[in-house]
Amino acid sequence: MEAKREMITIYIMGKAYKVPADATIMGAMEYAGYQLKRGVGCREGFCGACATVYRLPGDYKLYTGLACSTLVRDGMYLAQIPFVPADKPIYDIEKLEPTVITFQKIYPEVFRCVACNTCTKACPQELEVMDYIQAVIRGDIAKAADLSFDCICCGLCAIRCPAEIVQYNVGLLARRLYGKYLNPKDKQLDRRIEDIKQGRFSKAIEELMKMNREDLRKRYYERDIESQVGD
Amino acid sequence: MYPEYMRESLKKVEQTRQKRLELAKSGKEVYPPMNAKEREEVLYKFHPDYREGARRVVKVGPNKGETLTTEVADLLESHSRIKPEQFDLTKPDYETDLLIIGGGGAGCAAALTAIEEGVKVILITKLRLGDANSMMSQGGMQAAVNPNDSPAIHYLDAIGGGHFDNKPELVKALVMDAPEVVKWLENLGVMWDRLPDGSLQTIHGGGTSRRRMLSCRDYTGAAIMRTLMDEVRNHPDKIKVIEFNPAIELIMDDKGQCAGAVIYNLETEEYSIIKAKATIIATGGYGRLHIRGFDTTNHYGATADGIVIAYRAGANLLYMDSVQYHPTGAVYPEQIAGFLVTEKIRGAGGQPINKDGELFVFPREPRDVESAAIIRECIERKKGIVTPSGRVGVWLDSPLIEMLNGEGFIKKQFPAMYRQFYRYNIDITKEPMLVFPSLHYQNGGIEINEKCETKIPGLYVAGEASGGVHGRNRLMGNSVLDYNVFGRRAGRYAAEYAKKVKLGKLTLEHVKKYEEELKEAGIQSNRIAPILLPNYTPVEVRKRQLTAHYEGTLR
Repeated sequence: MEAKREMITIYIMGKAYKVPADATIMGAMEYAGYQLKRGVGCREGFCGACATVYRLPGDYKLYTGLACSTLVRDGMYLAQIPFVPADKPIYDIEKLEPTVITFQKIYPEVFRCVACNTCTKACPQELEVMDYIQAVIRGDIAKAADLSFDCICCGLCAIRCPAEIVQYNVGLLARRLYGKYLNPKDKQLDRRIEDIKQGRFSKAIEELMKMNREDLRKRYYERDIESQVGD
Repeated sequence: MYPEYMRESLKKVEQTRQKRLELAKSGKEVYPPMNAKEREEVLYKFHPDYREGARRVVKVGPNKGETLTTEVADLLESHSRIKPEQFDLTKPDYETDLLIIGGGGAGCAAALTAIEEGVKVILITKLRLGDANSMMSQGGMQAAVNPNDSPAIHYLDAIGGGHFDNKPELVKALVMDAPEVVKWLENLGVMWDRLPDGSLQTIHGGGTSRRRMLSCRDYTGAAIMRTLMDEVRNHPDKIKVIEFNPAIELIMDDKGQCAGAVIYNLETEEYSIIKAKATIIATGGYGRLHIRGFDTTNHYGATADGIVIAYRAGANLLYMDSVQYHPTGAVYPEQIAGFLVTEKIRGAGGQPINKDGELFVFPREPRDVESAAIIRECIERKKGIVTPSGRVGVWLDSPLIEMLNGEGFIKKQFPAMYRQFYRYNIDITKEPMLVFPSLHYQNGGIEINEKCETKIPGLYVAGEASGGVHGRNRLMGNSVLDYNVFGRRAGRYAAEYAKKVKLGKLTLEHVKKYEEELKEAGIQSNRIAPILLPNYTPVEVRKRQLTAHYEGTLR
């Protein structure tokens, strides 16, 4: 099987390697013999460890992608960006207010955004990065939280930004502020926590804990199951 | 895009969809759930744990004589990476109250809780902070928050799903702490999915009898993990994070108490000594052992390091004969083989369908049962679909979700899944996915009690590395809950302990003793553990690496 695979040439940091044409960049690097320590993580597009930049022959553009989920192409020349130097400001989430003022204090560089949209073009998740930065500037934290929700913090936006904004950290702060202060709350949750503290469920649990295996089994298979669609 | 030869089968799925939709909408069961006998039969005949060679007796250590998963037994019968006599333990490189090994969900939750008790923490992690299976969980977290639900019903679901092997006091802690965890995460800024009135969105998972699954789209783990990481980084004065430094042995003292760990810098290859009054192992699971040759949904670093070092130090393991295969790993396209397709898909109404367009199992059986049923459909009944590379799988009908819940539902609730397949020109709002079970979770682990204590004083364990919470089969949404509940408990109890304990003289005597035990048992292995990382270098390349020296999988 191996011998029949179509092979192409890619350039890993300038060095040519023959790799399978249907490989991801990460698979191709491992095929070439790299034992990855940096630039590799979940391998499924959730962790942002494997940010990669590349060019293609005869094309002036600098492309971005995740090594775990971008396929190689013939003549591709690439380098990984396994780490993005970015300041992580320290803050006490309990003392912040969910308004634009917080961003003016913590991430003042956000207001240098020139709306060039390079961050959006760089995003391997295809998020509207510039739009969420602009939402922060307008003080629309709900919008910023929503648009940045699927961010995997790979950092490709930040290394391309001419205004030197660290977009992924800005988005994270917007989401935390929204989740903590602005999201409407579930009225039942506090009641449930209080009921547990008052011991309202303790007797029922103790009863199950004391049951022998056979009785427990019977109880389990007889339990009613709420329908899929609910009420 | 699916190859042409699959068109006929895809057409059959489409043809039966309308009828299946009507049944699902009626609120009746779409397929009868299995009874106890049917579950046992399908598991025994088709679950990979029951295949020949899947388990063997371990010859050394605290569980000596017990039958464990073969790959686990192999790992435990391995040599240390170090020679204890080379270390001067009187001169530690770092000293702290609490050492946390692992920077995933359990480790971060433990760190945040421990500092509330006023202790100093060092958190070490093999790769980056947050490099963990926690980051990858998609579907959700269980918590009994609805009025028609209760911690007791959650308890019954969890213990039934675990085949009644779960430790009762651990299940109690899991279900009773759950609503509080929801609140804690909300206060840290996690954006739970909500209905327009603000109430928490709840759906079903495999084996749940109430809709209890909370979620953050299908980035639940990432949303929680990034919040916890950000908060850990907000306390650099109290939590020192050391990345790219896995623990490769625990350190004990002459009173038999755990006293820290030897760590190894993956990049400079230096070893360092951390002396700590208490230690928490939060190293996660073992998917990268590729048990039974299965692909895995797991993170690159999931190599059971914590299990190995705790076992050498004398900790007991529980249920390490039981492996979780997630029912729905991707099988096509080849590039994403083994990747997780969240159970939330079935929670929202998605159905597993065979090549003839038939639903063949209740879509929300507990994971081991659902997996075994899918394997049966492919292997025994030959109703799977074969991919160009020779893999086999069944359809997971996602377009049905859109018809049940309205147009736009998938893009809103499953952006990660949509992206994952759209990259390969498969639109899951219009076409189903092709799936087969994938190695997913370590059901067992290091035995703990409800305070996360092991039988070694000063050694605590939380999250996937621990055993007992889930019995022999975990339900969806109980691992995200597990690492939060027990991460917090471990942080609190380990901090309390660290404030009282007096350490004796540090020693690595247990590593020497274990080596002698291997010799006495006649084990002729050149395996080294923890393996730290899997090795995916092709055999041909390895052959040409003539000057390379391999320590286990690492050059």
